[in-house]
Amino acid sequence: MTDINTMEALARLVPRGSRVLDLGCGDGAMLAYLQQTRGCTGYGVEIADANVLACVQRGVNVIQLNLDEGLAMFDDASFDVVLQIDTLQHLRNAEVMLRETARVGRVGIVAFPNFAHWPNRLSVLRGRMPVTRRLPYQWYDTPNIRVGTHADLAALSERTGLQVQDSFGLQNGKVVRFAPNLLAGTSVFQLTG
Amino acid sequence: MPLIATPQSMHFDALLPLQSGASLRDYSLSFETYGALNADRSNAVLVCHALNASHHVAGVYAGQDKSEGWWDNMIGPGKPVDTDRFFVIGVNNLGSCFGSTGPMHPNPDAPAGSGRVYGADFPVVTVEDWVDAQARLLDALGIQTLAAVLGGSLGGMQALSWTLQYPERVRHAVVVASAPNLTAENIAFNEVARRAIVTDPDFHGGHFYEFGTVPKRGLRIARMIGHITYLSDDVMNEKFGRKLREAVLQSATGYRYSTQDVEFQIESYLRYQGDKFAEYFDANTYLLITRALDYFDPARAFGGDLSQSLARATCKFLLVSFTTDWRFAPKRSREIVKALLDNKRDVSYAEIDAPHGHDAFLLDDPRYMGVVRSYFDSISKSVGAAA
Repeated sequence: MTDINTMEALARLVPRGSRVLDLGCGDGAMLAYLQQTRGCTGYGVEIADANVLACVQRGVNVIQLNLDEGLAMFDDASFDVVLQIDTLQHLRNAEVMLRETARVGRVGIVAFPNFAHWPNRLSVLRGRMPVTRRLPYQWYDTPNIRVGTHADLAALSERTGLQVQDSFGLQNGKVVRFAPNLLAGTSVFQLTG
Repeated sequence: MPLIATPQSMHFDALLPLQSGASLRDYSLSFETYGALNADRSNAVLVCHALNASHHVAGVYAGQDKSEGWWDNMIGPGKPVDTDRFFVIGVNNLGSCFGSTGPMHPNPDAPAGSGRVYGADFPVVTVEDWVDAQARLLDALGIQTLAAVLGGSLGGMQALSWTLQYPERVRHAVVVASAPNLTAENIAFNEVARRAIVTDPDFHGGHFYEFGTVPKRGLRIARMIGHITYLSDDVMNEKFGRKLREAVLQSATGYRYSTQDVEFQIESYLRYQGDKFAEYFDANTYLLITRALDYFDPARAFGGDLSQSLARATCKFLLVSFTTDWRFAPKRSREIVKALLDNKRDVSYAEIDAPHGHDAFLLDDPRYMGVVRSYFDSISKSVGAAA
């Protein structure tokens, strides 16, 4: 998810000069990109030691926290944008975190693997869980404890009272607006509270 | 080639006003420096010490075996705080017993010729007073701005206080295993230690020097209590568990069924630590330093609002805590992080999953060392410190 095309596609959703909170920021590449190309400021949140170290090496602010313990450290509307890029599928309390994202940020941007992408459907039709470039894990060792689809996230957003400002798919770094639930490996939502 | 440390001392004639309203005059500060100050004087790093440490932060004394500084694993040539790039200053705080003016030194207000030492008359000093004294030392060394101020535990409190008292003089603060103030439990531990010292018949109201005594019993117990709180339950169990001393094991009954002999290894360890400490540490210093810990509370002037209190800080921060540290627990560091976030300050926070309790901040953990090293790497780039 840190390839340059994908980062660019997601960065376009972040207004210039925004104060950004990146939940599950990984090695900090996205935040560094936003700082360099869009004049953003902000913090990443990470649980993994190696990623915290990578962020410090890049000079990206990082807070080591377990997101499953919530976002109590962050005040309401204290960020312009809250990013959750490939994070939601790792969280036990995905629904709560979706609400928290909208509470803490004026805009939440969520990207996660779309399980309804056609190669995944084909694989399940053949009777096997998909193992792809986007979902490279076997079913028994995947860190993705939530599997959902583009359509599922739309439904969950509605259920949690969040407004979908925009949604689309991403495939090979390109925006997919036609039938993203079928044609895109990654689903992207721009949400407000 | 190990880093050779050379202790220095600087005398100050000017009165140092203290938070209590009292003041100190004719005082000296012991300090050491490592590395070289660069041309624009931008690569200075001040290291603040905790309870029983000193200005001897790094390196060894020439010709003295086992004389490594207390943070020698962190600071030195090629180490996380690299003295090939930074000019590092260690300073001994006022009231200490390792060189800077303290209770064992002559009281200038005593009758002329009496030679009376301060003893219990040494004024109560606070974290803020120490920072003021450190600032005067930097003035004398010609250092206006610190690339970083760094400290663990009580040293972290001083680093935090620097960013509030002299925000324009600090670019980065690294606050390790610290807290924005002590909890009731923490003050309670300090009070038990102080009572152990003060009630020792050899204490003589703090003027034991005149009686030729040392309240060693009190100091031993104070140290034993401290040691327990610096370790985690897990580490203590792993290290000692219920292991018995050799002599006990050889007894016919398995135990010696004695209430006063040392049976378990943990007892033996604590007694050893207590004995060692009582040989070199000053009782009045112990009282003073634990009090400085108790009093530190920068949010107090803001009705307990730490966010308001930290609004004055303008530098960038790195905070580190350790998951098993129950004396300065991670949640206390998170309070500082939250207050900095509220003020939109640059801050990074690492919560290291180390088993060693509060002591972890002095130990080698590759994650901890790695984060501090990376942070100082980026500081060195920003201040143009030569590699």
